[in-house]
Amino acid sequence: MRHMSKLLMSAAVVGLMATSFSAVRAATPPDTLVEAWQIDDVISLDPAEIFEFSSSEIAGNTYERLINYDPKDVSKIFGEVAESWTVSPDGKTFTFKIRPGKKFNSGNPLTAEDVVFSLQRAVILDKSPAFIIGQFGLTKDNAKDKIKLAGPMEVSVELDKAYAPTFVLYCMTSTVASVVDKKLLLQNEKDGDMGYAWLKTHYAGSGPYAIRDWKANEVIVLERNPNYEKKTPLARVIIRHIKETATQRLLLEKGDVDIARNLNPEELAAVAKNPDIKVENGPKGTIYYLGLNQKNPNLAKPEVREAMKWLVDYAAITDTIMKNKGEVHQSFLPKGFLGELNENPYKLDVAKAKELLAKAGLKDGFTVTMDTRSTPEITGIAQAIQQTMAQAGIKIEIIPGDSKQTLTKYRARQHDIYIGNWGADYQDPNTNADTFAANDDNSDTAKAKPLAWRNAWDPGPLTAKTRAAVLEPDAAKRAAMYKELQKAVLADGPFVTFLQQIEVIALRKNVDGVIIGPSFDMNSVAQATKK
Amino acid sequence: MAGAPPLSPPAGTRAWLLSPEPASRWQARLGRFYLGWRAFSKNPLAVLGLGIVLLLVLVAIFANLIAPYSPIVGGDLRTERLLPPSAAHLFGTDDLARDIFSRVVYGSRTTLWVVMLVAIIATPIGLLMGTVAGYLGGWVDTVLMRITDIFLAFPRLILALAFVAALGPGIDNAIIAIAITSWPPYARIARAETLMIRNSDFIAAVKLQGASTPRIILGHVVPLCLSSLIVRVTLDMAGIILTAAGLGFLGLGAQPPMPEWGAMVATGRNYLIDQWWVAAMPGAAIFVVSLGFNLLGDGLRDVLDPKAAR
Amino acid sequence: MASATLNQGGGHVGALRLFLTRAIKFGLVLATTLLGLVAVTFFIGRIVPIDPVLAVVGDRAPPAVYDRARKELGLDRPLIEQFVIYVKKAATGDFGNSVLTTNPVMSDILTTFPATLELATLGTLIGTLIGIPLGVLAAVKRGSWIDQLVRLLGLVGYSVPIFWLGLMGLLLFYAKLGWVEGPGRLDVTYSYMYTPVTNIVLLDTLMQGQMDAFWNALSHIALPACLLGYFSLAYISRMTRSFMLNELAQEYVIAARVKGLSEMRVIWRHALRNAAVPLVTVIALSYANLLEGSVLTETVFAWPGLGQYITNSLQNADMNAVLGGTLVIGAVFVLLNLVSDILYHLLDPRTR
Repeated sequence: MRHMSKLLMSAAVVGLMATSFSAVRAATPPDTLVEAWQIDDVISLDPAEIFEFSSSEIAGNTYERLINYDPKDVSKIFGEVAESWTVSPDGKTFTFKIRPGKKFNSGNPLTAEDVVFSLQRAVILDKSPAFIIGQFGLTKDNAKDKIKLAGPMEVSVELDKAYAPTFVLYCMTSTVASVVDKKLLLQNEKDGDMGYAWLKTHYAGSGPYAIRDWKANEVIVLERNPNYEKKTPLARVIIRHIKETATQRLLLEKGDVDIARNLNPEELAAVAKNPDIKVENGPKGTIYYLGLNQKNPNLAKPEVREAMKWLVDYAAITDTIMKNKGEVHQSFLPKGFLGELNENPYKLDVAKAKELLAKAGLKDGFTVTMDTRSTPEITGIAQAIQQTMAQAGIKIEIIPGDSKQTLTKYRARQHDIYIGNWGADYQDPNTNADTFAANDDNSDTAKAKPLAWRNAWDPGPLTAKTRAAVLEPDAAKRAAMYKELQKAVLADGPFVTFLQQIEVIALRKNVDGVIIGPSFDMNSVAQATKK
Repeated sequence: MAGAPPLSPPAGTRAWLLSPEPASRWQARLGRFYLGWRAFSKNPLAVLGLGIVLLLVLVAIFANLIAPYSPIVGGDLRTERLLPPSAAHLFGTDDLARDIFSRVVYGSRTTLWVVMLVAIIATPIGLLMGTVAGYLGGWVDTVLMRITDIFLAFPRLILALAFVAALGPGIDNAIIAIAITSWPPYARIARAETLMIRNSDFIAAVKLQGASTPRIILGHVVPLCLSSLIVRVTLDMAGIILTAAGLGFLGLGAQPPMPEWGAMVATGRNYLIDQWWVAAMPGAAIFVVSLGFNLLGDGLRDVLDPKAAR
Repeated sequence: MASATLNQGGGHVGALRLFLTRAIKFGLVLATTLLGLVAVTFFIGRIVPIDPVLAVVGDRAPPAVYDRARKELGLDRPLIEQFVIYVKKAATGDFGNSVLTTNPVMSDILTTFPATLELATLGTLIGTLIGIPLGVLAAVKRGSWIDQLVRLLGLVGYSVPIFWLGLMGLLLFYAKLGWVEGPGRLDVTYSYMYTPVTNIVLLDTLMQGQMDAFWNALSHIALPACLLGYFSLAYISRMTRSFMLNELAQEYVIAARVKGLSEMRVIWRHALRNAAVPLVTVIALSYANLLEGSVLTETVFAWPGLGQYITNSLQNADMNAVLGGTLVIGAVFVLLNLVSDILYHLLDPRTR
């Protein structure tokens, strides 16, 4: 029939239209770096509030901090906005001399007043990361007295105790100590909020790049800051939120993005074979662990805690599921921190574990639940651990959930076992010691809720030792104290720490100069180039 | 459903089945069933669908005999991970060195469980809401139908997602969530049928005999609505399987290491490009089974509800 | 004559009254449905065991910060009070701010909904343009291999997991063949070449004469739209077939044939016109389904639409966003039902 062929024709035309217009495939523009990355954790662009992995990396590339450290050698601390600093004889007052001639992206000059304002603002706004500088006895009420101008280009900060200088300085390298543009923020102030509402989605810094645009769960655009001394070779960095790792890989292989940030081990192995793509990595300050809730009577037995440490096939996990993305690590301080302890005494040993369980009166094992975030990575590890634990009779029931959901339960101490990771808040060892080895109040109504509290564990004398370590001025002695703390937690703590994260990124071959630092805020694209 | 009758019964039996004057109710019913079967079996696609569904049931029952490996405990992570399909592992192995064929076989139990439970929960709710609303009319009708509309207006997957989040993850809660989101169309259908039946003579006759309202609804209205509802539920089975898989894909639903096809696809999508079999095999299983239910439902509709089939 | 005029006037008044009662009734339906939606979503949202404060302050916040954020969200008040406050605000169009994106929920919806609308509209268009002819063909050639093929095509469409097909499609048409652009709405190169006005990229680029960007956007949307189009085609072709069979068996068709009208004319002019009446409802329903059911497609294609927005917010217990988004989709659903009702009355010769 004639009308039929006509019909088929039109159907074919529609089909063709839908598929044939393959536009001229342009690679990404030569002056623009495009990254595919899961950035759904970004909730604010204000350095006084930023505490998430992705946003701290953005802050690291767009703001300058008072002082900073060498990403290749953490022990080398240098001034960024500060030119130099001195500590008073009593160890309580730090005075920073500000580098002259700096300018913000807005064109305003960067002065000591901006530094004072930035530090005061972070303490007064009192958002999540504020404690990093607040823990030196700085509060909303005294911030204006303790953080002061000490001269035309000098800032002094007065602490409540003589803390170890390394502790104070490392804290000042965190993004919360970024310098913000006082004049610009006061122009955008609303109801005396120090520009908080405005800065949540805007930019007021002096770093290599300026933030031009942020659409939540979609895109972040950075643009070269013309007022920064060492101009970035690239004009623009565009970060696209791509949730699916398979999609990230496709985009990378097609050249539609220059960097893929979240590929899984198999995808990394596959793209490594592509001649246009290379893979780079660096260890991160994030460790993976199981938290054993001491409210569970079985998990509270010391023999059971130890047995579980013998029931994880550490090497198999890092060789397979987490290949290239992690290395075996069993103590609570990540490699690269002052006082790191590179001992991994545990390995899979079912016989030994069975012996310990028998001693605990649990010869036939027992059943516990494990709250597991339903990401492929965590679910995979959880199932591998489930299998090895089963060999000694410990039956684990996995309860999958979304990350916020499992966290809610964890923070209310309603879990049996929690599997998760912990990222260091700042580059000083106290960050993890404070949460893994100290617990001032183990009651349900406690004010501070460190990881030890979440697992209802009272570390006994370790708490006092942790507190003492922050006051030790001698760096070597301090390191020894942290080693001791780690050994104690390793032996008896309710944490089965099993690996330290390695961040791996896959890049197009023509991209150079991307730095993968020890923490996300030290990842840098400031000097990245494209050939 | 009872076992399928033989394809062509002996001549004597056929005559008995097709007798224009059945001696008993029983004979009449069987005869009707036989006529239906004759119409049904003329449709090869529908028979194929029935075959697939029967196969699903058989595989689920005999899973432990069919599966060569444990669906839960995997092999050596270092050497047996992500192996391509071979004679030893028909569908290959997954990221935890488990045999995918065994997991797909055991997964049929999960799928069957989901489908059955959703049908058992959702159908009575929809049936009751619809018949009561249709039969009583008035403000009861208005209220019940308003509630139905509210649930209909909800984005279905999002509602299921919200319920799963509220109830806590796990396959049973996923089933409840899916059931809660599937009944409204059944209520609509049941109501429409009831409206047609309500004013018929025989209901009037039953009423005259003094039957109580619940008795009329349960004893007379409900059975008459059943056939069109069965067709609809069968046609919905595929949708239910896909919704469950969708929940799995979004990271809710079955608890690992339970073999559930949707969750398996979700794991497999991470290995999609190079280890295609991890996602493709359970994906194909979902596809085949939901196609089976669709073909079956389509065929059933032709037989039970000839008007709609046209 | 006089009485006739009077009658006519009476007719007008009657029509007006009918219209008014209809409008009031519809308003009531809309209001109760929406209120029901708000209530159900609100209470689900509050019993979800996810702590909404976590989305505001993150996991590592010190306790004082946490407590303050909890107060600011009003979570320390009784549930009923929270609900009343929410409904009061929502009635004035204020859905509050999204915790995740920090924007007012309304402005988030105004940027995400057009993306969903664009995709669903194109999908429905494809589904209708191909589905109706296929359905007609299947009805005319009832029982032939074409009929079986269309049937199978439809059933396959019903049976295949959409996220799986989406990933496979990407793999084939984007990665292997390079016929279409990949995930997302637009290449980075073009993202800043136009000013978003309607937030429907195809319209915006076209109106601003950015043809390169337009073709790029079209190439990006082609695959997801075809995919959704296929699902809508599966439904529409089936329903078309069944309506057409119904019409073709009617007496007027036989009469027309007897009169010697050409088969073409009988099928396309007469039968299809009558079948179009119920088809409108079917198309509207399928459109509504695409609008609300594209969560998975949006996830696979990194499409920043409303479905993804709601899912994401739900997983973070960002209840303002979930409520706002659900309300919008619910309202659209009810409105589409109304529109299809009106069209039904306009098209149906019996009610005209």
